[in-house]
Amino acid sequence: MPLDIYLNVAVSGLLTGLVYGLMALGLSVIFGVVRVVNFAHGEMMTIAMYIAIVLFSAFKLDPLVMMVPIAGVLFALGYVMQAGLINPFISRPEHSQFMLLVAVAIIMVNVLLLIFGPDARSVQTSYAFDSFAFGPIIVDATKVYAACAAIVVSAALFTFFKFSSVGKAIRACADNYTGALVVGLDVKRLYALTFGLGAACVGAAGSMLAIIIDVTPPLGPQYTLLAFVIVITGGLGSMPGALLGGVLIGMTEALAGLLFAPSAKSMFAFAILVLVLLFRPQGIVGKRA
Amino acid sequence: MSQSTHALTRRRLLAATAAATATLAAPAIVRAQGGPLKVGVLLPRSGYQASIGQDCFRGVELANPILKDIGLGELQIMSADTETNVDVARSRAEKLIADGAQLLMGAFDSGQSSAIAQVAEQKGIPFVINIAAAPPITEQGYKFVFRNFPTAPMILNDAFTNQKEIFEAAGSAPKSVVFMHVNDTFGTAMAGGIGGVMPRHNMPYTIKETISYDPAARDLSVEISKAKAAGAEALLVVSRINDAILLTREMVKQRWTPQGVLSMGPGWYEDQYLKTLGKIGDGPLSFVPWYDPNKKLAKALEAALAAKYPNLDMNTNHVYTFEALLIAADAYKRAGSADPKALADAIRATDIKDNVSTGPGISFDAKGQNVKLKNSAIQNRGGKLVTVAPKGATNASAVWPMPAYDKRG
Repeated sequence: MPLDIYLNVAVSGLLTGLVYGLMALGLSVIFGVVRVVNFAHGEMMTIAMYIAIVLFSAFKLDPLVMMVPIAGVLFALGYVMQAGLINPFISRPEHSQFMLLVAVAIIMVNVLLLIFGPDARSVQTSYAFDSFAFGPIIVDATKVYAACAAIVVSAALFTFFKFSSVGKAIRACADNYTGALVVGLDVKRLYALTFGLGAACVGAAGSMLAIIIDVTPPLGPQYTLLAFVIVITGGLGSMPGALLGGVLIGMTEALAGLLFAPSAKSMFAFAILVLVLLFRPQGIVGKRA
Repeated sequence: MSQSTHALTRRRLLAATAAATATLAAPAIVRAQGGPLKVGVLLPRSGYQASIGQDCFRGVELANPILKDIGLGELQIMSADTETNVDVARSRAEKLIADGAQLLMGAFDSGQSSAIAQVAEQKGIPFVINIAAAPPITEQGYKFVFRNFPTAPMILNDAFTNQKEIFEAAGSAPKSVVFMHVNDTFGTAMAGGIGGVMPRHNMPYTIKETISYDPAARDLSVEISKAKAAGAEALLVVSRINDAILLTREMVKQRWTPQGVLSMGPGWYEDQYLKTLGKIGDGPLSFVPWYDPNKKLAKALEAALAAKYPNLDMNTNHVYTFEALLIAADAYKRAGSADPKALADAIRATDIKDNVSTGPGISFDAKGQNVKLKNSAIQNRGGKLVTVAPKGATNASAVWPMPAYDKRG
């Protein structure tokens, strides 16, 4: 097989992985601070995808342009969910939180089915079929735009947590819950803010993925599982880990599909997960508990 | 006037009541003998096959007025959703029979149809299959199960015959193909069948590489990279709807236009494919159980569909679902009774020449299979579907090779 095929596939995997990474970043942010595992993560992303599709079909608004407003809508959804639904469960056993969020996920899938039906829907932008050629390497234009947007959103999030006072307060809550309470931080509000930020990441990722893949309501659980594979591989609670995990899983799937049977490419992503769990259970860049 | 003449005696009251009861009851008995046949329709109207189940149901919605027009009685439809689940299909079949269904029809999918066939046979209620291609269903020795749909080997045999007819008419043929198939029950069964059937047809091409992929795949860029790298001249494919769209998009993005796409399954001709892809969706050839556009009843069904669903093109789902009901109504008329055995005997003796699907008509062999069915080759052209093979059942000739994706404006 010629070398340019490997390069094409590796670049494609890298770009897809960056968007996967942004999607999983939201899950990692929420768990890293609130210590709640969001089992409705993929479903929230599906909601964002449907918002992008509705905006495009009704008003011809490009999903990449609408990424920020959609992230805003998801932020509001996440904030309200945490403040109104999840906060009372914070001190309850983990299985209660699990059941709550699984129930929320099922409701979301079924409401989407009721509203949009089972058929796949997509966004047909003017650049939907474009590609860039760099010598023998042909790169999908939509993936390039989505990956660039993923890098920008991730950088903005890192900057927020590193330099803003609210970001520092959220990190303080994550590092020492009791200490945060002692110094007078409004932990419940910060938790809601964090859940909102995680949901906003999912909203941005959903908006980008809407230009790459078709959406159906049952897509949610698949992406919840994918997000888990990525964050556990990268390190649950670690933001750089989520991005690294996304890129690793994206490239593994792509190259495994090329070198072995494409139908078995997901198997390799899970094989990496098993290896990480065996030899580095905290994830590639995660900290040992 | 004597009192005895007019007095309402107990004996007169009893006689009058009996007479009145008999008079009132008579029409009910007549209705029971001449009323519509109760048909239990089982389709996957929710779950992952929901869109196809709902599409099949459009064939049910169109049936009664047409059946009435051609002199057959109307049917009383009792609808049940199999939820794309074999166990639900079985239990819904049992419930329909318990609720009074006199004949069952369905169920698009081979697994669900097999489960319903077992129930129908056990209860002795005729079951007419609209769509299901797995050969074993009519190899079990069932007496109440009938299938008016080609089996997988029939589909493959006709597909290769029609391909050769198209290549001959076009004056060119690919020397090699890459074979891509979805890695589910249907895809692997068809892949296995191709290995057995293709050598018998002396095809002009060889299969350079076989690529299977996950039915739930979100991205098929690697698969198309691999297919393109194989250097084959055409793409032979067995897929579903979502992957057909993904494959087409990737071919465009990776700037690869094969001479043609030869599809031996669903996906490439479906309404969703045509509407989603627009002019990019033009060109693929699908080798499928279809309808003869020149038949009178096909035109009637097409007109009825256009009137009720102006944006939809007629397809396999509508045609074979309608024909299953046509078989039921025709048998009921000839049997003159809803007795299950009489109905089954009448279905076995079916000989419908004026039908919709491609081929000489509808009749069944001893196993309950319509072996006379012929499959068509259809091509997407300008957002519509035209039938390009077999000879005598076409309304256009094939465009081969298909226009390059980057030259479509």
